[in-house]
Amino acid sequence: MGLEAKLTKDGFITTTLDAVIAWSRKNSVWPMPMGISCCAIEMIAAADPKYDIARFGSEVMRFSPRQSDLMIVAGTVTYKMAHVVRRIYDQMPDPKWVIAMGACTSSGGMYRSYNVVQGIDQFLPVDVYTAGCPPRPENLLNALMAIQEKIGKSKARDYQDIPLEKIIK
Amino acid sequence: MKEIILQKINAQIPGAVIESVEFRNDLSITVKRENLLKAAQILYSDPELQFDMCKDVTAIDWAKRKERFTVVYQVYSFKNNFELRIKVNLEESDLSIESLTSVWKSANWYERETFDMYGINFKNHPDLRRFYMPEEFEYYPLRKDFPLLGIPGSLPLPEHEK
Repeated sequence: MGLEAKLTKDGFITTTLDAVIAWSRKNSVWPMPMGISCCAIEMIAAADPKYDIARFGSEVMRFSPRQSDLMIVAGTVTYKMAHVVRRIYDQMPDPKWVIAMGACTSSGGMYRSYNVVQGIDQFLPVDVYTAGCPPRPENLLNALMAIQEKIGKSKARDYQDIPLEKIIK
Repeated sequence: MKEIILQKINAQIPGAVIESVEFRNDLSITVKRENLLKAAQILYSDPELQFDMCKDVTAIDWAKRKERFTVVYQVYSFKNNFELRIKVNLEESDLSIESLTSVWKSANWYERETFDMYGINFKNHPDLRRFYMPEEFEYYPLRKDFPLLGIPGSLPLPEHEK
């Protein structure tokens, strides 16, 4: 069964450090739930037993940017709110990822208006865009799996050009 | 009700009501700008009328009309179970109007909102600041000449490194 079956003799496996780090990182992505409007309800639904985001190691949804790896921006971002979202994003430690959940965050959605930012990629680096208004929980989990895939492919050298003070910040 | 209201106002400030329209039992009166505060005080404090609730304040931008803006107060009398709309016409060159916060306290935020969206200047308002838009915003979004998608660069976004 499982890992033990592979450890036939002395309990050694050979792998690369990159693979171990990426494997552990991608299976414990702690989200920062930036729930701004109705998408947040579907994000909450993704955490309930039916959809169970805990299957992906992402059940640690706390409003605590300093312990988070992934920001799920769920809802309409107005120009006033954009500064708040960016400030919270800046408090998250590197490396960090962003899901733009739903039509509003991805493109402004139905709010084609002077007060809504027409896509959060104008002020945030977005990794995955999720379609839907709001997206169903499965769709959010799909986005999370896409993030996991991206993290799984990351190598230590991807982060080595980040200055130390930025990592600490 | 209509007769009583008009009679009460006209008795104390003759000629204040320019126009009164009744449509489907909804009475609206248009008042001269300089008589608005006095008329509001009469409506509020007269024992027979007692319009003691200000439900909404808003404005209309008529775009091409000579008196471009109309400020609208929606007030209600619990005693008579009666709604009344008070309108004041304003020309674009002078958008100042007396604040009715001293009569109805609830007008405070409504007037702020109207100021934010239409640029109506309420005199003697205790706290006439922007309501929805950021303080440094320079335009009035619900005016007809304001573009739907706003004016590029008028609302700053956070710096995007990359």
